[in-house]
Amino acid sequence: MRITQGTFSYLPDLSDDEIKAQIQRALGQGWPLSVEFTDDPHPRNTYWDMWGLPMFDLHDAAAVLYEVNECRRAYPRHYIRVNAYDAARGRQTVALSFIVNRPPDEPGFRLDRQETADRRVRYTTHSYATERPAGARYQEAR
Amino acid sequence: MASDGHPRIAFGAGAPAALSSRSAPSADGGGALGGRACQPEPDDAVVDLATARQVSGIDEVLDAMEQELVGLAPVKTKIREIAALLLVDAERARFGLTAGRPSLHMSFTGDPGTGKTTVALRMADLLKRLGYLERGHLVAVGRDELVGQYVGHTAPKTKEVLKRAMGGVLFIDEAYYLYRADNERDYGQESIEILLQVMENQRDDLVVILAGYKDRMDTFFQANPGMSSRIAHHIHFPGYTLDELEQIGLLMVGQAGYRLSPAAGTTFRDYLGRRSGQPRFANARSVRNAVERARLRHASRLVQQSGAPVSKDDLMRFEPGDFLASRVFHSGSGDAPAT
Ligand SMILES: Nc1ncnc2c1ncn2[C@@H]1O[C@H](COP(=O)(O)OP(=O)(O)OP(=O)(O)O)[C@@H](O)[C@H]1O
Ligand SMILES: [Mg+2]
Repeated sequence: MRITQGTFSYLPDLSDDEIKAQIQRALGQGWPLSVEFTDDPHPRNTYWDMWGLPMFDLHDAAAVLYEVNECRRAYPRHYIRVNAYDAARGRQTVALSFIVNRPPDEPGFRLDRQETADRRVRYTTHSYATERPAGARYQEAR
Repeated sequence: MASDGHPRIAFGAGAPAALSSRSAPSADGGGALGGRACQPEPDDAVVDLATARQVSGIDEVLDAMEQELVGLAPVKTKIREIAALLLVDAERARFGLTAGRPSLHMSFTGDPGTGKTTVALRMADLLKRLGYLERGHLVAVGRDELVGQYVGHTAPKTKEVLKRAMGGVLFIDEAYYLYRADNERDYGQESIEILLQVMENQRDDLVVILAGYKDRMDTFFQANPGMSSRIAHHIHFPGYTLDELEQIGLLMVGQAGYRLSPAAGTTFRDYLGRRSGQPRFANARSVRNAVERARLRHASRLVQQSGAPVSKDDLMRFEPGDFLASRVFHSGSGDAPAT
């Protein structure tokens, strides 16, 4: 199941040229960018791992794409996203965030219903990927 | 937009079915000069180099270089050659002829103040106009910006600088300080290795210019053949003759809105002749400093002659005294009695 989240969630995955154009636009707005990755794509997992620090003072999108590619090389089967921050309001605000890498197979989620007192139901989104320990998810099918 | 820190997951449906269509990193060699024609021109077509040249605006840069930089003939020739190569490459690309993107990493060698940094700035601008660089800015660094203080510090530092320079020119001043022959565990070596890797793999994204004094640069290249072989153009900046120094001085005086009285002209030339024979002479930079000091003395002179009305010409005119007060005319170089 193809997971979508972030700014361009309604679009098919961006090509590298499209990614580069988006990054260049962000740089043009004066927004610093960062690269993050995870193998736990649960919707409530907002804290992805940082691939290096946020990048300031860049002029060209090639620099960010370079880090994206380095991250892809290290984590080819993880989700990777690019974030851009707008500090114009005096606080760090995410202005743009989109996925630039995903595992080839995405097992998706299951909805668990837990019946509790008074016929109430609690719902849990269970990610199949997290059945394996962190670091061992999204491996080649064996 | 779902960027409030709570990423949203759209479950299947809704999202377009098309999956990743990631293209290979752009490997286009052509410049912005209409290089990437979708359809190659027919074999019997002809192209108009003069127009291409005009559209690119390189003549502005080349002409400005001709007018504002005195001397440096070999440097200017080399830059014209590079400009011609890129221009012709772009036209060749229109016929589908591609020889690959030429490597333009360079070394600038020369004494202090011979214009290396100045030319690098113009080079960055030129390469942008020719479509070789995306942005055309210049990031100037030395060893301190590249090399770290402890294990694990150097790589991120060097990469940081490289990323800042992407799309433009990375100018490494006194590059030989990166390499310390007497200490093979010096962190500089790590920085050199990262530079080499990026110079090779990200050739589309930045141009690296290594600058420094000729002899030390030669030693550096001997010890680092990998670096030497990645540098396509070794450009040497010859020092300036007395006539050129004088011309540079007059240019600076004019640009600052001053002029020399005839007598001051003679003194100025005399000054340059003496100064150039002294230690720590830094070519055009020494000329600039001399002009700056003359401005100070000129201003004090006008302020001290209080009472007398001051004309526009007085405000612009240097007199011999504005240069004669210099140490150059007095200090004990022995052979040069004060005039
Ligand atoms: N050929 C020239 N014509 C006019 N001005 C020049 C010329 N060469 C240098 N200058 C001026 O001299 C000053 C010093 O030049 P620049 O900083 O480029 O020297 P450099 O070779 O980089 O010196 P260093 O090796 O000390 O870094 C600048 O102000 C520049 O404008
Ligand atoms: Mg310099």
